[in-house]
Amino acid sequence: MSEGEKLLDVRGLTVRFPTSDGVVQAVSDVTFSLSRGETLGVVGESGSGKSVSNLAIMGLLNRQRTMIAGEVEFLGRDLLTLPPNELRKIRGKDIAMVFQDPFACLHPMYRVGAQIAEAVSAHSHDGKDKAWERAVELLDHVGIPNAKSRARDYPHQFSGGMRQRAMIAMALVHNPSILICDEPTTALDVTVQAQIIELIEAVKQEFNIGVILVTHDLGVIAEVADSVMVMYAGRVMEYGPAAQIFDQPQHPYAWGLLDSMPSVERRLAALVPIEGSPPSLLAPPSGCPFHPRCRYRFEPCPTERPPLVAPVPEAHPDACHLPWDDKVKYGSERSITRLGDAA
Amino acid sequence: MAFYIARRLFWTAIVVAAVIAITFIVFYVLPAGDPAVRFAGKNPNAQELMLIRHRLGLDQAWYVQFGKFIKTFFAGDQYGWPGLGYTFAGQASVLHLIIQRAPRTLLLIAGAAVIWLVSGVSIGILSAVKRRTVIDRGAMGFALFGISAPVFWLGLMGLYIFWRKLGWSGGTGYISPTHSVTGFLSHMWLPWVALAMLYAAFYARMTRNNLLETLGEDYIRTARAKGLSERTVIFKHGLRASLTPIVTMFGLDIALLVGGAVITESVFNLQGLGYLAINGALSQDLPTVLGVVLLAAVCVAVANLVVDIVYAFIDPRVRYA
Repeated sequence: MSEGEKLLDVRGLTVRFPTSDGVVQAVSDVTFSLSRGETLGVVGESGSGKSVSNLAIMGLLNRQRTMIAGEVEFLGRDLLTLPPNELRKIRGKDIAMVFQDPFACLHPMYRVGAQIAEAVSAHSHDGKDKAWERAVELLDHVGIPNAKSRARDYPHQFSGGMRQRAMIAMALVHNPSILICDEPTTALDVTVQAQIIELIEAVKQEFNIGVILVTHDLGVIAEVADSVMVMYAGRVMEYGPAAQIFDQPQHPYAWGLLDSMPSVERRLAALVPIEGSPPSLLAPPSGCPFHPRCRYRFEPCPTERPPLVAPVPEAHPDACHLPWDDKVKYGSERSITRLGDAA
Repeated sequence: MAFYIARRLFWTAIVVAAVIAITFIVFYVLPAGDPAVRFAGKNPNAQELMLIRHRLGLDQAWYVQFGKFIKTFFAGDQYGWPGLGYTFAGQASVLHLIIQRAPRTLLLIAGAAVIWLVSGVSIGILSAVKRRTVIDRGAMGFALFGISAPVFWLGLMGLYIFWRKLGWSGGTGYISPTHSVTGFLSHMWLPWVALAMLYAAFYARMTRNNLLETLGEDYIRTARAKGLSERTVIFKHGLRASLTPIVTMFGLDIALLVGGAVITESVFNLQGLGYLAINGALSQDLPTVLGVVLLAAVCVAVANLVVDIVYAFIDPRVRYA
């Protein structure tokens, strides 16, 4: 269990939903890996396939109504071909998940403590009292005051931040190896967001686990992520170490994302939105899925799909046809205008 | 909670009193003929009619009679409390009549309720879990049939097939279980099923829709993410949330049937409360009608209260103050 041990190896993950209007290509050919002690930030607009990839990894998509291809290797076992019963033993035990809306994710009719205790009993033969004790212990651990009495509360008696803490407590009951956080702060107050992110970071350090953090908040990613995966229309656009992605982003879509992010130095007026809207996944654009909205497109973009490769050995992989020199040039021009706006 | 119940009981009393008052008004305002004439025998003279009116209390204004009714109700009559007075025809005790007829109706409702609750909810669950399969379509086909088939048709068809042709049923009429349990069952199973059919169909559809809706909730995904078995996910997390509206319906349906199972009662000649009410209405026997109406109104009001209290226990978000 050394630090850096590779936990998850996702290769060519593809998820399609057949609907009456056609096949929705929610996730196409997503490849990444996660190691112990690593926080992987996944960013992208709504509908870019972030959540669906994670649900596929957790085995929470209905296998009868989705077509899933590729490999999700967890400690040497392919989760996609695992029988449902084997997968269930991993789910909630080795891989746990925290969801977006803590208001909707807790059952309104059961006590918070009981819901956590249930997660304990799902994978152990401990008695009810022991499971309850563990629930209280974890609630206390994630910073719920008076955990012993609050465990007897129902979810509607908890604030949003407390509910998300409870969800994190629930995810931690079996000391999982991987914690998947799907937009854990989107539904919360700004002041609470920071606390939750800090809690997730603290938990990562303490239990030495791998964290997948899905969010559209680039500020959060910049703060805690070790590596970043930028997704668009179900595909990976850029994937690399966080420091590199923020210092020298290589993909025009990543530039767009960063330029549309408000920060203290940049007033709202200086924000540059990405023109247009994300494509329909029923009929994604040919070639590069971003080309209809890309300012730098040229001949190959509408027809040829760029592979996810590193353009030069010292760079990280991106999926863009632009020659390396142009990427450097446009990328640096972009940071000049940004500095100019700030002045 | 105690204060809440007390307040609800107070309003229940008001509602029941209003229902009784309305029954009085309807009886006197609607020109249905003079009850006194009906009870006077052939060719009565004016004096006889006056005498009868006086004896039945019909010579007083409706509100005076209403006051008397209320007074008798609380004071009781010679048959004990609550006093419901005597029928116009025969001067029999209405309370006695109701006590005599009520078991038939209540046993009919109880048996049917068990059948429709068990079959309706289980068909609904099965249908939701096996959504879009042959089982689901079959179950919903059955539900459509149950909702469309009127109970008098179902009852008559049932009697024809299971009584006349197959001999599996004891036929029409009522046999008290204290007299013969097998006789009671052989006469009752068909009315139970006939009455339960419509409700079973409704409950199946409602259970299916509620469960499907609940299974799409985020907390169901959370339950799955914990690694719970599909059985626990559906039966513990899914069913708990989807059964609350069904509890509400169940309480009210049972209460409404106390005075509303008339058709089933008459098809199978069970002569329960509905039969009593209909006969009372047809023969302008006000005290009989009032007795049954009062019982039915109390049942509905009490069922409402019970449903609300049960609801608070099922769903912690509901708290009455």
